[in-house]
Amino acid sequence: MDISNKQVLRIATAGSVDDGKSTLIGRLLFDTKSITSDKLLAIEKSSRRKGLDYIDLSLLTDGLVAEREQGITIDVAHIYFATKSRKYIIADTPGHIEYTRNMVTGASNADASLILIDARNGLVEQTRRHLYIAHLLRVPKVVVCINKMDLVGYDHARFKSIVYEVKALVTSASLAGFDISFLPISSLYGENIVEGSQEMPWYLGNSLIEVLEAIEVKVQQRELPSRFPVQYVIRPKTQKYHDYRGYAGKVASGVFKVGDMVTVLPSGAVSEICAVQKYRTELNEAIAGESVSVLLKDDIGASRGDMLVKEGSINFGNEITSDVCWMDSNPLVAGKTYKLQHGVSESRVKVLGLNHKVNTESLLVESGISDFQLNDIGEVVLRSSKPVLADSYWQNRNNGAFILIDEFTNNTVGVGFVA
Amino acid sequence: MNVFDGQFPRELEDESIYIMREVAAQFERPVLLFSGGKDSITLVRLAEKAFYPGKIPFPLLHVDTGHNFPETIAFRDALVEELGLELHVRYVQDSIDKKIAVEESGKYASRNALQTVTLLAAIEEFKFDACIGGARRDEEKARAKERVFSVRDDFGQWDSKKQRPELFDMLNGRINVGENVRAFPISNWTEIDVWNYIREEGLEIPSIYYAHQREVFQRDGMIWPNSTFINKDENEKIETRTVRFRTVGDMTCTAAVESDADQIETVIEEILSATISERGARIDDKRSESAMEKRKQYGYF
Repeated sequence: MDISNKQVLRIATAGSVDDGKSTLIGRLLFDTKSITSDKLLAIEKSSRRKGLDYIDLSLLTDGLVAEREQGITIDVAHIYFATKSRKYIIADTPGHIEYTRNMVTGASNADASLILIDARNGLVEQTRRHLYIAHLLRVPKVVVCINKMDLVGYDHARFKSIVYEVKALVTSASLAGFDISFLPISSLYGENIVEGSQEMPWYLGNSLIEVLEAIEVKVQQRELPSRFPVQYVIRPKTQKYHDYRGYAGKVASGVFKVGDMVTVLPSGAVSEICAVQKYRTELNEAIAGESVSVLLKDDIGASRGDMLVKEGSINFGNEITSDVCWMDSNPLVAGKTYKLQHGVSESRVKVLGLNHKVNTESLLVESGISDFQLNDIGEVVLRSSKPVLADSYWQNRNNGAFILIDEFTNNTVGVGFVA
Repeated sequence: MNVFDGQFPRELEDESIYIMREVAAQFERPVLLFSGGKDSITLVRLAEKAFYPGKIPFPLLHVDTGHNFPETIAFRDALVEELGLELHVRYVQDSIDKKIAVEESGKYASRNALQTVTLLAAIEEFKFDACIGGARRDEEKARAKERVFSVRDDFGQWDSKKQRPELFDMLNGRINVGENVRAFPISNWTEIDVWNYIREEGLEIPSIYYAHQREVFQRDGMIWPNSTFINKDENEKIETRTVRFRTVGDMTCTAAVESDADQIETVIEEILSATISERGARIDDKRSESAMEKRKQYGYF
């Protein structure tokens, strides 16, 4: 397997209102010297106006007026910082049940998920939800930060008991799919964030930034079946490029090489790749994540929404069983139709039935469901107007998800993970 | 500021090209908002790459405040000529003459906010359904919450509470009549990513980004470029200093920094050691803590 440290690491954070998530991120920025003095000065001023005797680092990330007023994070915020070895993108999301959809959104692109636990409270409902979402979305790495250790006297026994509780939950609820590590921290005082901790000599592990730097993103996509969704067909129709037909798109998974035989789905036409191009550069191959143009030997007339595949053809049909996270205030009900967008391909679907719902606080499965309300997660069966060229999400994270769109409001109302 | 080994992460370019192609595929009348600044120059490069060897399948729109740096306009025209692009220019002055915009007065008068009026009029005139902009989430805290496809109503308004969730790389650009989308292909780039990209791609940028001699004056701890568009006090003394601009808006809202950096390498070194953020030199952001959020609610991009 090809393992490399990516140049960009995407992290999702989730936390409860008061467990100090924004402060933790502020601390990461502050201690990696990613905050400039004018921004620092601005939050110093705001902190003083609020009558605080310390610099409230959460003011760095809470970008909306309503958030600053209420002292909470409402939406997904994107925060950027860099170390000597890589660039980091944090998708910072609120942790409350009413923001489950935001957490799912944040986790959808994450290489790692950062979960905060208040050392005074230990494992709470939200911790279960956050772990469940990391599991559902197959986020490869989970880092559990047990925060506010200063408020429990930096007690080793307290840390150990929380770690034990979380591990027991992960095992009993079969929350599989990720690698997990635990850290005792104090984001307010910067203990174990970038520097180690004087207060917790019993902790011999790495600081948070060291843990993040060491995360190796497995580029497994290369090993996965090759999937290339045709996004746009480039046909210049100029004298020089009269017969040029470039299938432009981003490789979803696997690898496409010059000389490879490919099948176009859903038509089933077969041809050979004669060129892989990136702007003026001729490539030998393109791997997952690369935006390229693929040229074929034969004119097989593929268009946007079609997919080029190699080995391991997709077992596609018109009926899809899928986990769904519902994101709209109008409920999902059986019999309703929606637009389904899988990658760049669109179809219409009808909800045939709702199998069950997962209670994200107890992690228990409830059956006999009549609808999914905002933030509900559960399994549905859909029938599609045309084949959806998706793999199972569990087997191929890059070709197994879709979004549902309301046909009347055009809003994105749900996300699905094909079973 | 930290930065990992000084390279541009190429996966950001792949992501941006993907977004450019989504805009072209999902909309009927997209336009690229071009200011002549480094971010919009980067956008043009990405669009060129996304559709090569085809032409960029949408025009450029410049909303001209009339208070531009002349160097930027000269640069714009040369680029359009070189790449054979279609450029529309619409003038804030015309909006003022038509009385749909009112000139600000006083010492801090600027046409920056008025651009929104002219932009919305142009969207209506050309029936643009998507405007591609060079805004980045690292620039400012309200922008940190912006989507890649940001749906606006026919007043151009941004409603932070009604934003569509964006999952994985799937972009939903479906809109109702009267709505339009602002698309931000370089959302995930930071200032230093843009500079490293400009260096690695060998892109030309307007000369004002490099150190040069300029008439300036000091106000509120910032170095303002002298121009006839700015109302000066009698005790604001004009002097000639060696400066450059880190961000380019128009002459009334962009402050200079003292600098000797006259080539891309030294500019990048300077940014890496800077203790002031990029928009720290934007006078338009200093108006209040939520200046950007408020402008976005009124249709600013």
